[in-house]
Amino acid sequence: MEREAPVGNGQNKEAHKTLKQLAILSGKGGTGKTTITASFAALAQNIVIADCDVDAPDLHMLLHPQTIKTQEFRGSKLAVIDRSKCTECASCKNSCRFHAINDHLQVDPFYCEGCGVCAVVCPEEAISLHERISGYAFISKTKYGTMSHARLNPGEANSGKLVTLVRHNSRQIAKEENRDLILIDGPPGIGCPVIASVTGVDAGLVVTEPTMSGIHDLDRALRLLNHFGTSPLVCVNSYDINRKNTEKIVKYCKKNKIEVAGKIPFDSIVTKAMVAGKTIVEHSPENTVSHNIKATWENVLSSFKKK
Amino acid sequence: MIISIASGKGGTGKTSVAVNMALSLGKVQLLDCDVEEPNAHILLHPKISTTKPVHISTPLVNEEKCDHCGKCAEFCEFNALFVTSEKVLFFPELCHGCGGCAIVCPKDAIGERNVEIGVIKMGIVDEVELVYGELNVGEPMAVPVIKEVKKQVKKNKTVIIDSPPGTSCPVIESVYGSDYCILVSEPTPFGLHDLKITVEVLEEINIPFGVIINRAGIGDRKIYDYCEEKGAPILLEIPFQREIAELYSNGIPFVVEMPEWKEKLQLVMDKIKRRTKP
Repeated sequence: MEREAPVGNGQNKEAHKTLKQLAILSGKGGTGKTTITASFAALAQNIVIADCDVDAPDLHMLLHPQTIKTQEFRGSKLAVIDRSKCTECASCKNSCRFHAINDHLQVDPFYCEGCGVCAVVCPEEAISLHERISGYAFISKTKYGTMSHARLNPGEANSGKLVTLVRHNSRQIAKEENRDLILIDGPPGIGCPVIASVTGVDAGLVVTEPTMSGIHDLDRALRLLNHFGTSPLVCVNSYDINRKNTEKIVKYCKKNKIEVAGKIPFDSIVTKAMVAGKTIVEHSPENTVSHNIKATWENVLSSFKKK
Repeated sequence: MIISIASGKGGTGKTSVAVNMALSLGKVQLLDCDVEEPNAHILLHPKISTTKPVHISTPLVNEEKCDHCGKCAEFCEFNALFVTSEKVLFFPELCHGCGGCAIVCPKDAIGERNVEIGVIKMGIVDEVELVYGELNVGEPMAVPVIKEVKKQVKKNKTVIIDSPPGTSCPVIESVYGSDYCILVSEPTPFGLHDLKITVEVLEEINIPFGVIINRAGIGDRKIYDYCEEKGAPILLEIPFQREIAELYSNGIPFVVEMPEWKEKLQLVMDKIKRRTKP
């Protein structure tokens, strides 16, 4: 049996002792994870890039990967009822905890988790589980390094499993190409795809913004890293939008002995770089945003060296 | 009438639209289904009147009855059970709580226990009834908490649902069953890309939708071309204004300080009503 659990990084680490993994997270969406990850990719040496935001991936719009390998992802199954055998006893409907079978005994593909309970309880053996393609994983070349990424089909479940596959692929590549670092662009939130993105990484950089919501979500993201024993780092994006709140974040981090790796100002140039499809550090290398991202990157690297 | 608010990309202003819209309309129910990072309460400061835990059922193996036949592990599609010759190992983070292992166990050795994975909270601010969920940190499954939030829907009211970012199962769970979906996006390549994916989802589940463009003026015009091509109405444009951004950063809904926006948001509601008329 092949376990797809977000575990087992230990073995890989032994095989490849110098390999480090850095996850860029945020809790709250839209704080600038992808912008910062893309710039890090441009600044870094000898890396593999993993885009773990599999249901709304954006990193490819800045890194322009050329796909060299596509892999089907069969993440879940779907219950299919054979009408010719069904006697409409409704045992399936009554046993389904996900309310995926309606009064007409039709399976709702959005609600069906593919657990197989309906198939087991059906006295007529009229139900079987069919594999479904839930998305695709890709391995691509970029000018910054090889990239492992994926695309979950819209509305699909099991994004955590697909993240696990993206990370597995990234570790394989790192091993083959003898890379030092895997740079992971994580999804927003703190649920299953985020957990799958951070298990076993060496550090998690939480990108936040100085808003009340940003602070609230930063706290939850840091607690998540703590829960999984991952070293945290913090980066405050658009810090000058609200300096008082930035001060609060810095104080909070100091109190909890968390390193603030960088503060990046707000500048509309970031959107312009995005429209141009370029990383900000290449689009406007002399801009303060780029300078500060570079400084943040240096801090992240030196915090790795300290460990 | 149930109106959900979604976006694909995070941080486009879903919660801001949901909260300001609720305050502009009054007498509505607001459900915050972003249970991983709920933020509506940060803008609304409700007095919480009810807190309810959310549980899922996970297996509890009675080792005295178990003969380690392995049928439960064979059944489990999520690999949450692993049976050795002496022990049954359970990985709670993989369990979906379907209850199948207990059904297939020939020795009747598997019972279930409830595990708390989060809470839902309810409170009132002015005339807005807020319900929101909070997934416990470290728990992977947001969907059961979202389901519990959605159980609180009052059918006789206007209900606004704030959904999480992304396009996977938590988003479907949040928007499913709504009469209309407002997609909040921004005129940037990331905003447009993720908007397109969300539109695919809504088309698949047959929910009519319109778009609110937030931070209008930044980026480019491609999102407008896309909306025109799709026949998706642009319900409102909220310009990029430092004042709005600053109010948000301080946890203040912009209609509180800029009441002229109330009417604009009420007009959005009128537009939606006209579009969803049977």
